[in-house]
Amino acid sequence: MAAEARAQESVIVAHGLTKRFGDLVAVDHLDLDVRRAEIYGFLGPNGCGKSTTIRMLCGLLRPSEGEVSVLGQALPRGAETVKRAIGYMTQKFSLYEDLSVRQNLEFLAAVHGLRGASARARLEEMYARYHLGELKERLAGTLSGGQKQRLALAGAVLHEPELLLLDEPTSAVDPQSRRDFWDALFDLAEAGTTLLVSTHYMDEAERCHRLAILDRGRLVADGSPQRLMADLPGSTFRVDCGQPRRVQLALAREAHVLGVAQIGSSLRVLTDRRDGADWLRERVRAIDADAEVEAVAANLEDVFVAATRKSAVEAAA
Amino acid sequence: MSLARLLAVVRKELVQLGRDRLTFAMIVGIPTLQLLLFGFAINLDIRHLPAAVLDQANTMHSRELVAELASSQVLDFRRVVAAPQEIDAAMRRGEISVAVVIPQDFETRLARPDRPAWQVVVDGSDQSVQAAARQLSAFPLASLDYGAAANRPGTRAVPSVEIVNFYNPERRAPINTVPGLIGVILAMTMVIFTAMAIVRERERGNMEMLIATPLSPFELTIGKVLPYVGIGLVQVTLILLLGELVFDVPVRGSLLEVYLAAIVYIAAMLSLGVFISTLADSQFQAMQMAFFTFLPQILLSGFMFPYDGMPRAAQWLAEIFPLTHFLRLIRGIMLRDAALGEMWHELAALAAFVVVMLSVAVLRFRKRLD
Repeated sequence: MAAEARAQESVIVAHGLTKRFGDLVAVDHLDLDVRRAEIYGFLGPNGCGKSTTIRMLCGLLRPSEGEVSVLGQALPRGAETVKRAIGYMTQKFSLYEDLSVRQNLEFLAAVHGLRGASARARLEEMYARYHLGELKERLAGTLSGGQKQRLALAGAVLHEPELLLLDEPTSAVDPQSRRDFWDALFDLAEAGTTLLVSTHYMDEAERCHRLAILDRGRLVADGSPQRLMADLPGSTFRVDCGQPRRVQLALAREAHVLGVAQIGSSLRVLTDRRDGADWLRERVRAIDADAEVEAVAANLEDVFVAATRKSAVEAAA
Repeated sequence: MSLARLLAVVRKELVQLGRDRLTFAMIVGIPTLQLLLFGFAINLDIRHLPAAVLDQANTMHSRELVAELASSQVLDFRRVVAAPQEIDAAMRRGEISVAVVIPQDFETRLARPDRPAWQVVVDGSDQSVQAAARQLSAFPLASLDYGAAANRPGTRAVPSVEIVNFYNPERRAPINTVPGLIGVILAMTMVIFTAMAIVRERERGNMEMLIATPLSPFELTIGKVLPYVGIGLVQVTLILLLGELVFDVPVRGSLLEVYLAAIVYIAAMLSLGVFISTLADSQFQAMQMAFFTFLPQILLSGFMFPYDGMPRAAQWLAEIFPLTHFLRLIRGIMLRDAALGEMWHELAALAAFVVVMLSVAVLRFRKRLD
């Protein structure tokens, strides 16, 4: 019961969080509620405000408007207190390339106030957990993408932060490293760390406990990936036809079609109509008499397309 | 403020410096190169100007005059010509920059105080040559003295000025240049190194990671700057050693006071570097700004041109520059055996510069990205 109450505890709460750079509104009245020990995802295209939001949450940027509290501290006033309890993994590798793995971690340990035997023990733990033992004396600049990422993660969790913020952590690594990396993130969540991960990969977003879809600085949908897919206010179809490219161009002009993507020789069509099957069949057969239309299960990409399309229409209206 | 965090930054900076061969080479290379350049090549004291002589009088006195001028080493007589046209031609070709003309009626002219007895023709396109040649007129020429005295005692005043040179009797440039170079080299290296070292953290993205840690901007800045105090002192030692070994420049005052003055001056340069780092977005910009502060200092501080000869407005401006004050201090201690206490106001000016620069820098330094 106590554990459950703890799990419901909010780690990040934001109301109307806004950041302007001159005339550009990078983050536009964002409301967030991130709970303890969950992996919370930010999904969105480049420039949608993911990085700016994360930077505001770790006190690097001052919000232009709105209220935000992290780990019970109101920002920006409590920024210095928050900095002791968070880990931040930047989008670009930000440890020292001209220092060795060991020197980088020793520097960070000292900065975080770890010293003596406890610092040494923690470093050994990091080498073992993130497979850095062999690489200890290598310069960070000479590591591969996946190795750098493990080092950056070790640096961000060295001081056992309660909250870990990761800004597109897997953009420079191969699929195997990505899988291993996510296993490490689940281990951390299991141990009670709250994680906030930004990504533009659908498969990664699907692994999060909960998800916020951002588009041009605004929150356009949020909830668990399953919930978001179930609540999709339209339906998805597979269209098999002889001339997929021609059909795609024709469908893209239709008002009820939110998205058309070619997948191999078939098309994946997202409509905003629940009863879209007959309607769509009619449209498609007008172009290609032999076309087959079949309903398929929605995925997160459909949710993403539907949500961003809806926000674009609202913005235009 | 935590000493452990400060030391962590110092340690990290030292490891990085040790790995950075280029910076390391610059620490030793810049002082050595500059000292040798300024000491040997850029000899502000001009000698051995290529010259021609046209002696139309050809008397005992005229020959004595030529011999005396030659022995002064200011002029180097390359040619003896027979007609004024040859002087024209040789000067146009650039073979000579000075010509001495002694007219046929030299002896008669010597006897009359109202007419110049001889003439110096100068290639005026080079100002420093002009200045050097002008000195010739004030040169104590024994032969003229003798001639004049013989002909009409007490009336001719040609060798009127006797120049008594105190601290540099042989008029050697390095004596004055070497102490000044300590200031110039530190002004260049200290500002550039610190400004670039701090901006580098931002440019490479390290700052973004550091800002999210408990490290304070003060700890970061001081930690990064401290190693450079040591490097500055190494450079001072190097210049003093080379100055002594190569140019025979003495330290007449207290060596301890030389280092004390240097430390305060280094602090001034480092604080200027820190200030620049708060303005610059890239290492390249930091470099440009450092040079921007460097040039007026070198020109107006009294290193290149004498302070007393500058217009009043330039003198006021020069008072702002740390190099101006340091030059007075270091020349005083090294050459005149002055005590630091006698020049406390110069030291106070440097200290004031440190306080002002650091305060402005701290105010500007934000531990945020926007």
